[in-house]
Parts: sequence; C-alpha cells; structure tokens
Amino acid sequence: MEKRHKILILDDDADWLTLSKEMLAALPSRPEILTANNGKRALSLLESEPVRLLICDLKMPRIDGLQILSIVRRRYPELRTVVLSSLEDEEFRSRAYALGVDLFWIKIEMQRNSKLFIECLESLLGRDDEPGFRGIQSKSLMDIIQMECLSRSSSVLRITRGPLVARLWIQNGELHDAEAEGVRGEPAFRRIISWKSGTFENLPAEPQRERTITKPINALLLESVQDMDEAANPVATDSLEESAHRKTVWKLALLTREGAEFVISIPPEGLGEPEAIGTQNVTQLTAWTRHAAAITRRLGERLEAGPVLQVAGQNMERHVLVLDREDRLFLVGWPSEAGDNLLEKSRKLVASWDS
Amino acid sequence: MGFLKRFFRGRAGVQQLPTGTITVDRNGHILSSTVASAYPRPLLLDIGRDVLVLFREARTAQMPLTEISLQFGSLHITARELRGGAVIFLVPQTALHPTPN
Repeated sequence: MEKRHKILILDDDADWLTLSKEMLAALPSRPEILTANNGKRALSLLESEPVRLLICDLKMPRIDGLQILSIVRRRYPELRTVVLSSLEDEEFRSRAYALGVDLFWIKIEMQRNSKLFIECLESLLGRDDEPGFRGIQSKSLMDIIQMECLSRSSSVLRITRGPLVARLWIQNGELHDAEAEGVRGEPAFRRIISWKSGTFENLPAEPQRERTITKPINALLLESVQDMDEAANPVATDSLEESAHRKTVWKLALLTREGAEFVISIPPEGLGEPEAIGTQNVTQLTAWTRHAAAITRRLGERLEAGPVLQVAGQNMERHVLVLDREDRLFLVGWPSEAGDNLLEKSRKLVASWDS
Repeated sequence: MGFLKRFFRGRAGVQQLPTGTITVDRNGHILSSTVASAYPRPLLLDIGRDVLVLFREARTAQMPLTEISLQFGSLHITARELRGGAVIFLVPQTALHPTPN
C-alpha cells in the first residue's frame, strides 16, 4: 500500500484551518491532514507524528510563525515548510526565506491560483528523501537558465544574492530582458551570470516586458563564459604581485566610495589569514569578531530566537557590524556620521568584496 | 488546577520570547527586570553575562563600545553600557512586532 504523507497546517484562524483541510485533502496523493491552531500544539504534533510538510501562518498570538519556523528548522531539518500568510510585506518574505522555508505564498494568491498552489505542494511532497535531490543547490545559474530556455517556458527568474536582487525575463524560451543593480540588458545579464551562489524564484511571466536582448541565449552564455575565463586567468605577463596589488587598490577604492572606515574579512580559524583594509588592529579585532559571532550564535540557540541576522556595536566615533557569511565573517567599521541603513550598505560592500 | 497540569503537560517545550528590560551589574547579577517573572531566570543571566563579555572583549580589542545590538530572526537585543554593567532591552521581532525600519 502506498504511503500517505502527513501535512500539518498551523493557523490561528479556525475557519481557515477547515477550508485548507478540505482543500488539501483533495490533493492527488491523498495526504493525511493534521491541524493545529497554536505553536505549542504544532510542536507536539511534530514530535509525535512523522509529518512531511508544515504549512504555517505567520501572524499568530503568543508564539508566531517566524519563531516556529526557526525552531522546526533546527529540530526537523528534513521537514518541508510552506508559509501561507496574509502579510504581503516583502520583508516577511525575505525573513521567511532566510529561515529556510521552501515556499512563501500569500493567502489571497493561493485562493486565486489554487491549482498552481496544489501543484507546488505535490511537488514538495513528492520529492525524494535523498538529501542530494532536494532543491537545486548543485546547479549553477547557467544550468538553470539553460533549463528554462530549453523547456521553452515563459517566466521571470528572480535571483537573489544576499542584498543584491536581479531579474531575468524569459518568453517562450528566449531571454528578453535582464536587470541587476540598476543596469538592464546584456550588461545586466553578464553581471548576473558571474554570481557564484544565491537563490532564485520562478515568478509568473510578463509578456508585456520590453525586449532589450536579441542575441540567442547560447551566444550570450558562451560570451559570458569567455569573459569569466579571461577574468580568472589574466594574461601571463601579469605577475601574482601585480594582480594582488590591483585587487587591493580596487578594494580600497570600493571602501572609499562607500564611505566605510575599514573591512576585515575573517576565514574560519586555521583556514587562512584575515584580510584587512583600513585598520592595523587586525589580530585583536579578528579575535573579538570570532568570539562575538560564536557567543551570539550560542545565545540565539538557547533563547530559540532564530538565526543571527546582525551583530552591531557603536561608540562615539564609529559603528561596527559583524556579518556572518557562509564561508567567513566580516567586520565592517563605519564612521559615526555614516548615516542610516548601515546594515544594507555593509551587505552590499561585502557582496561586492568577493565578486 | 495544578493537579491537572501534572498529567497534561505538553511534551514539546517552546519558550515564549522575553520582552522587557533588565539591568545587570559588572558581575552579571540582575539588579532590576521588567521581563515576566515566568521567563526562566537562568536565560536572563545568560543574556547579561554574554553582553558583558562582548563589551569587555571589545575594550580589550581597543574598540570600546557603548552600545551593542544583537538581531536574531525573532528577537532584538540592545545593550547599553552602564558603569561596567549594562541595561539590556529585549524586543521580540515577530509578525505582530515587526522590525522597526
């Protein structure tokens, strides 16, 4: 007998629970539907039942969806998670994705486009248990674009790399437009294709979008690969010292342009030396940054407060921010008069640092 | 009523996020607190101790700080140095209390 998956719906609205239960019970794979109207009940069910998929509301009294998601992400890493909320704020979407949810849907969109929603859920339920097949982590952006074009699909790919957001408009398998960091067309496409990692979302097609790219996708990809090869393998006469010097000058210029005081890029202990520009006090600041990141991570786990998004400090002269990237930490120092939005500015600075 | 709770206590423990302000002295002792008394005191002591360590080590690193802010997925902690101790503000960042922009 075929195994029936279990779906748990968490929402404080009883009417919505009933409605969703009826709708999901009609899924082609006939899953068993469990419901909970508060976080505690949901966690109890997750402990006692082998749930495959959690559908979670965000705005709930006492313990809300974001806290539940941060808990289940740690306790049940294999659990698929979907946020179904009426909050249309983009910030909640990015915070939910930062917590590792598989899908984020607005309730009203789900009602309007229930067929697509059902297909998405079926796809999540149907995915194999093998860790290597979840998501598309092993595919490069080039692979994803090629897949979209080969399947002659029409869609908008929204690609996010930290604070940087880009879009690619694909119509009937042809690339029509690209947009990234205020640039459009081919230059934007080249910029996007050089990104080594990130996340992407498939949005509905926008056939009305003005076409700025006319080259075939394969020609564009080939040119981009050549550009990247040339950048990775500079001409033989360029010595290593000259290359390092040029890199340092470029980073210094970046620092000055953004108005930051200093940046220290810190690899994990034992995996290389920190790289600093704008400060001589590298050893002590590196030690503080590493310890601050470790202490904060531990504290977040004990309080069950979710992942660390930011560690910041300030005194009369400057602001400092610790950013935890996948492979290293960054400490960015700003003069106290640097203004607002330092987190966003630091993220952009760090994203450009590596590219 | 407590009798029933013995039998029907939920197995899955989830802690509500702390809301309020605590003041700690230079040794990490809590001097005052507006956090609900039901919130576990050891966790408040952990917060105070960790914040003091961050301030102390920043001074050692020749980067004395007067304010530290720790932003988690669902909680924002802001600490201001206070004569060797600290006053610490705990603000949940939930869908009901979104991050102030």
